[in-house]
Amino acid sequence: MHWLAKPATERSTQIFIGVLTAALVAVCLLNLLLPAGHPLHVSTYTVTLLGKYLCYALLAVAVDLVWGYLGILSLGHGAFFALGGYAMGMYLMRQIGDRGVYGHPVLPDFMVFLDWESLPWYWHGFDMAWFAFLMVLLVPGLLALVFGFLAFRSRVTGVYLSIITQALTFALMLAFFRNEMGFGGNNGLTDFKELLTFDLSADSTRLGLFVASGLALGLGYWLCRAIVSSKLGRVCVASRDAEARTRFLGYRVERVQLFVFVVSAMLAGVAGALYVPQVGIINPSVFSPLFSIEIVVWVALGGRATLYGAVIGAILVNYAKTVFTGVMPDAWLFALGGLFVIATVVLPQGLAGLLAKRKRGKPTASAKGVKEATA
Amino acid sequence: MKKWQVSSRWLTTSLVAMGMSFPVFAQEDDPIKVGILHSLSGTMAISESTLKDTMLMQIEQQNAQGGLLGRQLEPVVVDPASDWPLFAEKARQLLEQDKVDVIFGNWTSVSRKSVLPVVEELNGLLFYPVQYEGEESSGNVFYTGAAPNQQAIPAVDYLMNNVGVERWVLAGTDYVYPRTTNKILEAYLKDHGVAQEDIMINYTPFGHSDWQNIVSEIKRFGSAGKKTAVVSTINGDANVPFYRELGNQGIDAADIPVIAFSVGEQELSGIDTAPLVGHLAAWNYFMSVDTDANYDFIDSWIEYTGDEEAVTNDPMEAHYIGFNMWKEAVKKAGTTDVDAVKDAIIGVSVPNLSGGYAAMMPNHHITKPVLIGEIQDNGQFSIVWQTPSTVAGDAWSDYLPGSRDLISDWRKPLECGNYNVIEKTCGGGEAQTASQ
Amino acid sequence: MNLLRTIKATLLFWCCVALATPVLAQQTNIAEQDVPPELAALAADSYADKGKAIQALIASDHPRTRTWLTTLLDGKLQRIKESGRFVIVTDNRGRDWTVIDAVDDTPLGEVSRRNIDRITINNALRNQLRSAMAVLDLDAPTVQERLASADRLLGKVDVNLAEPLAARLEAEESPAVRDKLTQALAIYQLQSGDSAAISEAIDTLSGSLNPAVRAALNGVAAGEGEAAESARQALAGIEQKLKLNRAAETLYFGLSLGSVLVLAAIGLAITFGVMGVINMAHGELIMLGAYTTWMMQQLLPGQPGLALILSIPAGFLVAAVAGIIIERSVIRFLKGRPLETLLATFGVSLILQQLVRTLVSPLNRTVVTPEWMSGSLVINEALSLTLNRLYVLGFALVVFAGIMLVMRKTRLGLEVRAVTQNRAMARSMGIRATRVDIMTFALGSGVAGLAGVALSQLTNVGPNLGQSYIIDSFMVVVFGGVGNLWGTLVAGMSLGVINQVLEPWAGAILAKIIVLVFIILFIQKRPRGLFPQKGRAAEG
Repeated sequence: MHWLAKPATERSTQIFIGVLTAALVAVCLLNLLLPAGHPLHVSTYTVTLLGKYLCYALLAVAVDLVWGYLGILSLGHGAFFALGGYAMGMYLMRQIGDRGVYGHPVLPDFMVFLDWESLPWYWHGFDMAWFAFLMVLLVPGLLALVFGFLAFRSRVTGVYLSIITQALTFALMLAFFRNEMGFGGNNGLTDFKELLTFDLSADSTRLGLFVASGLALGLGYWLCRAIVSSKLGRVCVASRDAEARTRFLGYRVERVQLFVFVVSAMLAGVAGALYVPQVGIINPSVFSPLFSIEIVVWVALGGRATLYGAVIGAILVNYAKTVFTGVMPDAWLFALGGLFVIATVVLPQGLAGLLAKRKRGKPTASAKGVKEATA
Repeated sequence: MKKWQVSSRWLTTSLVAMGMSFPVFAQEDDPIKVGILHSLSGTMAISESTLKDTMLMQIEQQNAQGGLLGRQLEPVVVDPASDWPLFAEKARQLLEQDKVDVIFGNWTSVSRKSVLPVVEELNGLLFYPVQYEGEESSGNVFYTGAAPNQQAIPAVDYLMNNVGVERWVLAGTDYVYPRTTNKILEAYLKDHGVAQEDIMINYTPFGHSDWQNIVSEIKRFGSAGKKTAVVSTINGDANVPFYRELGNQGIDAADIPVIAFSVGEQELSGIDTAPLVGHLAAWNYFMSVDTDANYDFIDSWIEYTGDEEAVTNDPMEAHYIGFNMWKEAVKKAGTTDVDAVKDAIIGVSVPNLSGGYAAMMPNHHITKPVLIGEIQDNGQFSIVWQTPSTVAGDAWSDYLPGSRDLISDWRKPLECGNYNVIEKTCGGGEAQTASQ
Repeated sequence: MNLLRTIKATLLFWCCVALATPVLAQQTNIAEQDVPPELAALAADSYADKGKAIQALIASDHPRTRTWLTTLLDGKLQRIKESGRFVIVTDNRGRDWTVIDAVDDTPLGEVSRRNIDRITINNALRNQLRSAMAVLDLDAPTVQERLASADRLLGKVDVNLAEPLAARLEAEESPAVRDKLTQALAIYQLQSGDSAAISEAIDTLSGSLNPAVRAALNGVAAGEGEAAESARQALAGIEQKLKLNRAAETLYFGLSLGSVLVLAAIGLAITFGVMGVINMAHGELIMLGAYTTWMMQQLLPGQPGLALILSIPAGFLVAAVAGIIIERSVIRFLKGRPLETLLATFGVSLILQQLVRTLVSPLNRTVVTPEWMSGSLVINEALSLTLNRLYVLGFALVVFAGIMLVMRKTRLGLEVRAVTQNRAMARSMGIRATRVDIMTFALGSGVAGLAGVALSQLTNVGPNLGQSYIIDSFMVVVFGGVGNLWGTLVAGMSLGVINQVLEPWAGAILAKIIVLVFIILFIQKRPRGLFPQKGRAAEG
């Protein structure tokens, strides 16, 4: 069987895709068919919120792919997410055209009032959708390729690798904060008008973006499942559990690592690109090392090396954040912090581990592997 | 009662976020909802949390006086957690879900930029209480803080004319407010005959804590035989180590004064001010303003917080003015309807805390006096100079090439935030394209 | 005589404050306080009049001249609104201020600040007051005081001062003070316009590193002619001397930044490097140390120095206890799952931050720098080392030495090393591994608390304090090599120096980016840091 088709036979993937599709359809129907006053109506606000969760979920899947199956704890995945987001943001900025406050036909507003004479070279091409969408994949991918090539070739492992990924995202954050870089500094890119001629504030566009995020999550999940259940995936797990032994068996571990790392970075880029039009702003704080740590927390909470656990974790934590910041604005950090502590102490395998336990009464095989690997 | 409210909101929020919502019909005796959008956690909590309390205090006072239009006011507090996309999300929640009638909120420029498209799309009202870089005028936002011409330019005038400064260090945190302010000041100084080599511009990252090199550079720059001053747009947290380093490297206010635009009483309450006496700040309000209105405000603030040492500052006064303006406009319009309030508020004039009046201009900025204060050892400012009359906020700076020809006027029939007086067009889009 | 002076001063007073006359006339009639006219004149409306009043006061020889000038300079000389009584504010915090009578020191109790009219001064007046007082201080008994006041007069001498200063110079015995006074007079002569005097003054000043001298010379050098030429030469000579000083200064800046990094990271080097716990709450433990310092200063008002010294053990204890609580309640359940400690402690760090925000305040707290830590140690006139940073540098080295002693020379250190190298073996040798874990974590946390005590003297004490150091701390530990304390020291110091050397030409932000890229590339070259651990433990 072709490796890409293999996930279709897996029970977990069937369930996941089924639930995701059902949720997408249900939300769309509840939003479109029910009148605004109806108790079961899903408002566009909620749709956009859910769309954001889905983007985070895709990002979490990307992190789980390298952390769960490759044993690389990346504390810098926010960087790939942000780069994808910036590529999309640049496209959306160019789409504003002369509708900015200064009415300049080419330059974005922040360049006009900071006296930029002309568009910097790296902004060219972003007025074309195909180019921008290509960049969403290529920029994070290339960065991951160069960074991964250097790091894996030199056999930087474990916590050293984690910290240099953190250094990477920290350095990028500082760089994007600089106004000289031409990415709008701290204010970032905002005030977007339309995407592919669709008005971004229209309800239909929002719903469309939500569906697109859902599709991207489904496809990304499928791709990751396909990779981890292929032969390559087994080499991944082998190198995670015993890198030296895998190397001695003749596998070029660093190539496998590089490939998976680049795929993961591209997925993160796609997630970022879908995230930006939905939240309406991209700014360097997405590069912040703390955000990257938070992503890892989602994955851990959901359950590492399961992929669907990452999705559950991302959605749950962000949902909790939305509710807590509205309901208990003064104390929500206690709740969130407490959740992290209790979850790690009580649920060592994350929520996915809890599900698996309930089903089979013992941890899943891959989860057991994780435990050994980290021990 | 309060507990019940919280839990019922919990329920609503949870249900709605899960995809269900209750029908909301505004009734005449329903409370008027006032949204408060200030960070209560994260890096900005330091500045913003007191603004939340300022609003709660004023709402409480107003309710004690019988509310507004015979209805009670109900505050809706959310925490955007110093997270800029979250600001947009929370603004949307306040407007779409909680159906608030007005929002008071934001501090940083980026958070305002993030919220702006949301309030415009959903036609909300936002009162923004912090001094900012200008270059913006939205029909849905009321800017009760200072525009650059209400803070930076008078401050530089003071230093140039009253102190005799000839050499300038423009030091700021690298974000849009310092960048724009310094750009305006640079153009302004050059117009007044200051040579390029007498201006030093320096940018540092947020929360910068190691100022050794920069302070020593300022010291060198200041030993060129001309009176030197530092114009500081350094933001929040970075100020404490900056002033500490200044004091320790022996830079005295009498030799090289530092005038700050982002350091107020609240920032000073975290610093030992003894070594800083004589350094300056420019604001539109100081806690030491000697008027009865101000003393009453301070007394009620101390009573509200229960802290004898509690301080007041400029953005709090801006919220005080903003809240009263909104109140007057609602009374004038007889309704909280956004469009009616937007029409009614232009021209509304309410007392400020420094003994004068603040009026809402057609460009959604207000009139303010400009005060220069010197830091005292008790963390207060002693006012050494002030503009003879109030200054009206200018949304579009006259010193930036891109915005020189733009004005903003939200009265009918113009109703435009960026009207180009040369091209006679709103938004200037077609005009610019045509001229190129 | 006395009568004559009074008349003279009264005349002056009437001239000076013609505008304020009606008000003042009424006030001088108040029986409670017999306001001397010299004092009354200080309450003039315009700063220019105040300046004249100050001159008049100095000329008057009134016995309380000093007190009034000092209190005016400090902004403590004020008036009661209704009675117009002049008072000195002894405590100006809060809503009610404690005041005493300005004429006869009678305590008047507390007065609401609403009822107090401030006599404000600006920087120009402050300058005038300081120079005036410096001149008065030139008669002080100790050489030190005289030297300090002479120093203050550099660049401040004007026509009025030149004459008395020259006379003072004649009478002065100490050569150091004479030197300073000569310089002060020479700077004055530079502006005199007389070319002979100028060239003589330039000769006197050449070679001096004082910034006031350079400022004055720069003023002359900007002009034209012979004098400007020789001023430029003198400046070039000074510049040469300054270069070396600047290099030394940059090195000091670097070491100082490095010491901060080492202090912040050294506790992490123990908990992370030795125990393998990725403690994201490390920054908050630092924060606890800083808040302890604040608390101690609140408990001991008026004695910031003593409070700071007591904070050293207190900060250690508070953070260590917090560490023990974290270890017992969270980390012990995560044995052998180091990555999960990252998540749990991340949660702990959020809780601690919000705890401080809720219990104390979301605002920054004021931590006072004691007298002996303010200012700088003057090496020469161009190079002075800021004292607070010098103390922190020394403190970092002492803390480091202390930790090395504990790890190398004590039983605890031996046990820690044993448990780190082979836990099972250590346990079978009778070492109580659990106890060692607690002790190690407490030690690492306590050291973080010490870092907090030191940082409270350099930066903000607020809920975000920890977050700003956590990333840097991890960088330092990893760059130095996990598990190697020497590595942490060398890494912290070298990163600090690199950063400060880069900063002047790259700017603060770019310098930091370059350092980060440097760390990334360096790790490619040496994947286990500067001082890699060897042997089997390294693979763990």
